[in-house]
Amino acid sequence: MNLLHMCGCVGQTGGGWAHYVGQEKLRPQAGWAPIAFALDWHRPPRHTNSTSYWYFHTDQWRYETLDADSLLSPAGKGKNKGNSLADYNVKATRMGWLPSMPNFNRNPIELAEEAVASGATDEAAVAQYIAGQMKSGALDVAYADPDNPVNWPRNLFVWRANLIGTSAKGHEYFLKHLLGAQNGVLQEGGSGRNNKEVKWHEDAPIAKLDLMVDINFRLNSTGAYSDIILPTATWYEKNDLNTTDMHPFIHPLSEAVSPGWESKSDWQIFKTLAKVFSPLAEKHLGTKKEVVALPMQHDSAAELAQPFGEVKNWKEGDCEPVPGKTMAIIKLVERTYGDTYRKYIALGPLMTKLGNNIKGIDWNTEQEYEELKHHNAMVKERGISYGMPSLEEDIYVCDAVMRMAPETNGEVAHKSWSALSKKTGIDHHHLYAGRHEDKITFKDIQAQPRKIITAPTWSGIESEKVSYTAGYTNIHEHIPFRTLTGRAHFYQDHEWMLDFGEGFCAYKPMVDLGELNALPAKVKAKPHLELNWITPHSKWGIHSSYQDTLRMLTLFRGGPYVWISETDAKAVGIEDNDWVEAVNHNGATVARAVVSQRVPSGMAMMYHAQEKNVNVPGSPSTGKRGGILNSVTRVIMKPTNMIGGYAQLAYGFNYYGTVGCQRDTMVAIHKIADKDVDWLERPLTPEREVQLNPVGVGAK
Amino acid sequence: MKVRAQFAFVFNLDKCIGCHTCSVTCKNVWTNRKGVEYAWFNNVESKPGVGYPKAWEDQEKWHGGWELKNGKLELKSGSRAKRLLNIFANPDMPEIDDYYEPFTYNYAHLQNAKLSEAAPTARPLSQITGESMEKITWGPNWEDDLAGEYAKRSKDQNLHNIQKEMYGQFENTFHMYLPRICNHCLNASCVAACPSGSIYKREEDGIVLVDQDKCRGWRMCVSSCPYKKVFYNWESGKAEKCVGCYPRVESGMPTVCSESCVGRIRYNGIMLYDADRIEELASMEDEQDLYEAQCEIFLDPNDPEVIAAARAEGINDDWIEAARKSPIWKMAMDWKIAFPMHPEFRTLPMVWYVPPLSPVQSQIDQGNLPVGPDGAIPVSGTMRLPIQYLANLLTAGKEAPIESALNRLIAMRSYQRSVHVEGKADTRALEAAGISEEQALEMYRYLAIANYEDRFVIPTGHTEETLDDAFGFQGQNGFTFGNDTSAGVSKITLFPRRRKDTAEPKELAPAADA
Repeated sequence: MNLLHMCGCVGQTGGGWAHYVGQEKLRPQAGWAPIAFALDWHRPPRHTNSTSYWYFHTDQWRYETLDADSLLSPAGKGKNKGNSLADYNVKATRMGWLPSMPNFNRNPIELAEEAVASGATDEAAVAQYIAGQMKSGALDVAYADPDNPVNWPRNLFVWRANLIGTSAKGHEYFLKHLLGAQNGVLQEGGSGRNNKEVKWHEDAPIAKLDLMVDINFRLNSTGAYSDIILPTATWYEKNDLNTTDMHPFIHPLSEAVSPGWESKSDWQIFKTLAKVFSPLAEKHLGTKKEVVALPMQHDSAAELAQPFGEVKNWKEGDCEPVPGKTMAIIKLVERTYGDTYRKYIALGPLMTKLGNNIKGIDWNTEQEYEELKHHNAMVKERGISYGMPSLEEDIYVCDAVMRMAPETNGEVAHKSWSALSKKTGIDHHHLYAGRHEDKITFKDIQAQPRKIITAPTWSGIESEKVSYTAGYTNIHEHIPFRTLTGRAHFYQDHEWMLDFGEGFCAYKPMVDLGELNALPAKVKAKPHLELNWITPHSKWGIHSSYQDTLRMLTLFRGGPYVWISETDAKAVGIEDNDWVEAVNHNGATVARAVVSQRVPSGMAMMYHAQEKNVNVPGSPSTGKRGGILNSVTRVIMKPTNMIGGYAQLAYGFNYYGTVGCQRDTMVAIHKIADKDVDWLERPLTPEREVQLNPVGVGAK
Repeated sequence: MKVRAQFAFVFNLDKCIGCHTCSVTCKNVWTNRKGVEYAWFNNVESKPGVGYPKAWEDQEKWHGGWELKNGKLELKSGSRAKRLLNIFANPDMPEIDDYYEPFTYNYAHLQNAKLSEAAPTARPLSQITGESMEKITWGPNWEDDLAGEYAKRSKDQNLHNIQKEMYGQFENTFHMYLPRICNHCLNASCVAACPSGSIYKREEDGIVLVDQDKCRGWRMCVSSCPYKKVFYNWESGKAEKCVGCYPRVESGMPTVCSESCVGRIRYNGIMLYDADRIEELASMEDEQDLYEAQCEIFLDPNDPEVIAAARAEGINDDWIEAARKSPIWKMAMDWKIAFPMHPEFRTLPMVWYVPPLSPVQSQIDQGNLPVGPDGAIPVSGTMRLPIQYLANLLTAGKEAPIESALNRLIAMRSYQRSVHVEGKADTRALEAAGISEEQALEMYRYLAIANYEDRFVIPTGHTEETLDDAFGFQGQNGFTFGNDTSAGVSKITLFPRRRKDTAEPKELAPAADA
C-alpha cells in the first residue's frame, strides 16, 4: 500500500490497490444496513468483531503461545510489558476501542434497571452510572472474565456460513470449548494463567453453547454439529439481490422453482421465527430498556475522542472513565419484544425520523419511505407498524434496499453527494450526472442486471472514461482520505503502534508459535516434515460453497488433499496420493498428499474449505476424525489492530478491527500407510468413551 | 471439387485458465447419467501430464488413428479382417482403470450413522459396483495444476524428444491447460472402424454422431479414436460421444462448453472443404507436412468458384456467408495462429488450437531475457514453454509454424502496447512477424475482446430443406415415440426397464424423536 501511494499509483485508473473477492463489496450497503440491523426501529445495533469474540469464547486465549513482549520494539515506551495478547484486547474494550460481547459481566436489561433504581432518569445519567460502576470495579467488560458462566455465549444462529467446518481458525478449540464435542486439541494450555487482565479459572468450561441453529441448504460440518437445521432456499429458489466488487452490476436471484421440500427463503425463515417468538416474548419480556456499549465508531466524531495517539487507561488511573471519551459510548435502547414480528414486516419510522447514513454522510429518506408504501404495500396487520411500507415479501425487501441506496436510486445519490459536497465544499454532482432520475427496481434487474450509480459510499466511480479503482475520488475529486491528515498517511504516531515498532511500514519476520514443541512421540520418532501451513482459496471456491459436491470432488482427487513439494516428499518417502497427517499442538488433519514440482520446498498447502464430512479417516495422533484445514490453526491476535478512538484507527463493523492471522503456523507432516488407515466407524463402547474427550481430555 | 461444410472449433489456449467450467456444463448436460459416469465428452488436461484416459496420446499402445502402409492410408488397428478376428477380444481396448473408477459417497451416512467412535464421514463408493472404495486412486483430472510427481507426468508423449529432466526443477516448471472434446474429424477413424456402420459424419455440418439404434457395442470406435473421445456406456451397451451439441447448433447456438467458457477461449464457426481431397491430403509421406496439407483442404469462402460449387452442392447461402465470417477461417487460414492437435494421427481433426504464450516476466524485468524492439515483450524462443513441446502437440513436431504463430501473437501485443502505452503505433514487430496492421487490429478484436458475435458465427440448420413434408411435421416433435428429427426412428417400448438411479444407499435418517 505504501509503495503504491508513494509511487502515485493509488486512485489512478488501472493502478492502485485492487479489490479482491474477499472484500465482497455490498454495493447497496446504505439500503441494506437499516434492514439487516433493524436500524429503522432501533439504534444503535449490537455488533461485535468476531475475531476477538471467538478468541475469547472458544478459549483460545488460554493456550496462547505467542509472547506479546517478543513483538515489542525496544524503542517503544513499553508500558504494557508483561501483557498478553488477550490483555491488550481487554484493555482495548475498556477504553472503548473495541466491543466486548457481552458488553459487561452483567445483563444489559438488569443493568438499565439498576441505573434507573439508583436515580438515573436519562441516557446520560445511565452512562454516568455505568462509568461509576466500572471505576469501582463492580462492573467490568465481559472479556475480563470470559470463562465465567454469566459471560458465555448460549445460543448461536449460523446463517449460511460454515463456521464449524471451514471458516473458524482454531477449529478444534471450537469443538472443545464452544460445542463440547470430540476434539483434537493436543496441548494442555495454561499460559492464560499468567494474564494480567483476564481472570483465570483452573477448570476450563466445556460446551458453552446450549443451542446451535444452522440456516443452510447443504449438510456441511456446521449442520452436522447443530441442534437444529433450518433448510433454506438455494439461489434459484428465492428472490434476492447479489452484488460483488468484481463488476458494477446489481443482479437478482429469482425464484425459478419453489424452495424444495421444507425449505424457505432466508427472509421467510427469520420472519417465521419472529412470528413465533413475538407472543412468547410479549408474555415473558414485555417492554424493556437495555444498555448498549458502543465502541468509538469509524467515520464518526468519536474518531477524535482520544487525540494525539496517547493511551490513557482509566483502569490504570491515567484518567477518569468518561463514556464516549475514555470508555465506550453508552446508549439506552428500549425494545417492545412482543412487537418483534410487527416490526420485522415493516420499514420502521426511524427512516423518516432520523434518516439514513453511511460512512459519516447523512441524508433524509422521507421521499423514499413514502414511495415504498406504494411501490410495495402498506402493512395491514394492526399494531405498531400499521400502514408502514411492507417488508413481508422477499421482493419488497429487495426493493426497499434498492430504493434507499444511492447506488440504485439516483435521487438518493443526489442527496448523499449533496451532503458530502456540504462537507468538502466541492461540487460533486457531475459524478452521477445523467442518472439522477434512475430508480432501479427488482423488476428492472430481473429483466437485465443494471449498472449501479456512482455513490459516495465508495471511492471509485462508474464511468465510461476510467475503470473502477479505489481511491479515485480522493485523488481526482479531492475528497480527503479518511485519515488523520486527510492525505495518504504513512506515519502512525499512536503509542501502541510505536510500542510495536510499526510507526512506519516494517518487515516482521515469521513469529515462533511453538506449535511443534509438543509433537506426539510417535510422530517425532518417524520421518516427518516440518512445513509452513498455507490455506489459500482454491481455484474452484472461496470459502465454503460446494467444495463437497460430487462434481467438484470428482474434478480433483475426491476428498481433502494437501500439496507438498516433490523435494520434501522424497525426503520422507511420501508419494503422490499417500495418506498423510498434518499435526501440531492445535490438532491434526488427515488428507492425501498431492506431490508437485510447483510447490516450493518448505510449504504445505491445504486449500480452503476442505471439510471432514467427506472421505476423511481418523487421525492417528488425536484418535478422532481427521480434521479440517483449520484443525491445525488458531487465531493469532495483533494488538495494533485493536487500536481505536484515533482517526482512521477506529473500529467499524466488518470494516476495521482485529484479524486472526494464522499464516505463520507450522505443521509436522508424516505418512500414514494405507494399511494403518483407521476410519473410526466402530460402535462407541463405554471403554472407548472413557478414552475420548470431552470426558478424558480438556480438564485443564 | 466436392464442397462440404464443417462445424469447426478453435480453442485459444493462451486464455484458458483451467477452470473446467466447460467440463462441468458438458457433464451436467450430456453425461450425468448411469453408464457414463466416467465419461467426460469435454475434459481439461494439465500439461505436461499423461491425461485422460491415461497416456491417450500413445498410439503405440492404443493403435488409434491412421497410418501409412506402403503409401496407403490404413487404420492403425490393422486391416478390417484383423479387427474382425479380434472383435471379441480387442487388444487395444482401454479399461475402466485407464479412465478412472467413477465414485460417489455414502452421504446418507452423515445423517443416519449410529453412535460411533468419531464424527461420521461419507466414504467413497464405486458408481459401478456400489461397493465401498478404500481409496480413490485416479480421476478425470488427477494431474490438475501439475499434481503428481514429474517422473510420472513426464511420461507425456509430447516430451519424447525433449531433454526433459531440466523441466522437473521448480525454477523451470512449465504448465498449460489442454481442453479436449471430440475433434469431429474430416477423416474420422472411429467412423471407419465401426463394424455396424453406426457412426456417421453428418452431411450438413460434419458433426460425428453414433446412431444409438444401430450401435451394437463392438467398441472398435473406442480403440480406434486416437483422441479417446468415444466412450462405452456400460449400462446401455452402446458407444457414446460428444454430439457437438447438435440440438443447440442447429438452432444457431454455440455448444454448451463454448457458451459457458468464462475465459472466452472457444470459437465456433463454419469451414468449407473439399471432400474429394481427404485421402490424398491425409496420406502425406512426411507427417510434418500434415498440418499444411490440412490447410490445403479448406476452400476459400470468398472464391467465386468455391461459392458456385457450394451452391451446386446445395449448401445454403447463409452457410456460405457464415463461412466467410468464420472465426475459424481467420485464425487457421488468415492469421495462421491455430493448429490441429496431433495431425500425425491423420484424422484431419477440426478442433484447432492457438498455442499459449508463457512469458517469464520476472526474468524480463531483470534483463535476463532478450526482448523485441519495444524493449518490453519477449521473443518467442525464450518462453517458459518449450516450442518443441507445442510443436509435438500441434504440428507433429515441426517448430517453424508454431514459432511464427507465437511471434504473431507477440507482435499483436507489442503493437497494442505501443499504441496504448507509448501513444504511437510501432509496427516493427508486425512487419517482422509478417502481419499487417489491419490484421493485428482484427486479431486484437477476436482474441483480446472476443465478442460473442465474433466468437460464434453459427447459421441455423435448415430443417425445412431436409424434411420431406415440413408442414406436416409441424407440431410433431416431443409427442412421438422417437426422435423425429433424426433419420433413424427408435423402437421405444412404453414400459422401459426401470434403472436404479444411483449407487448411493438412501436409507433415511431416523426421526429425531425415534
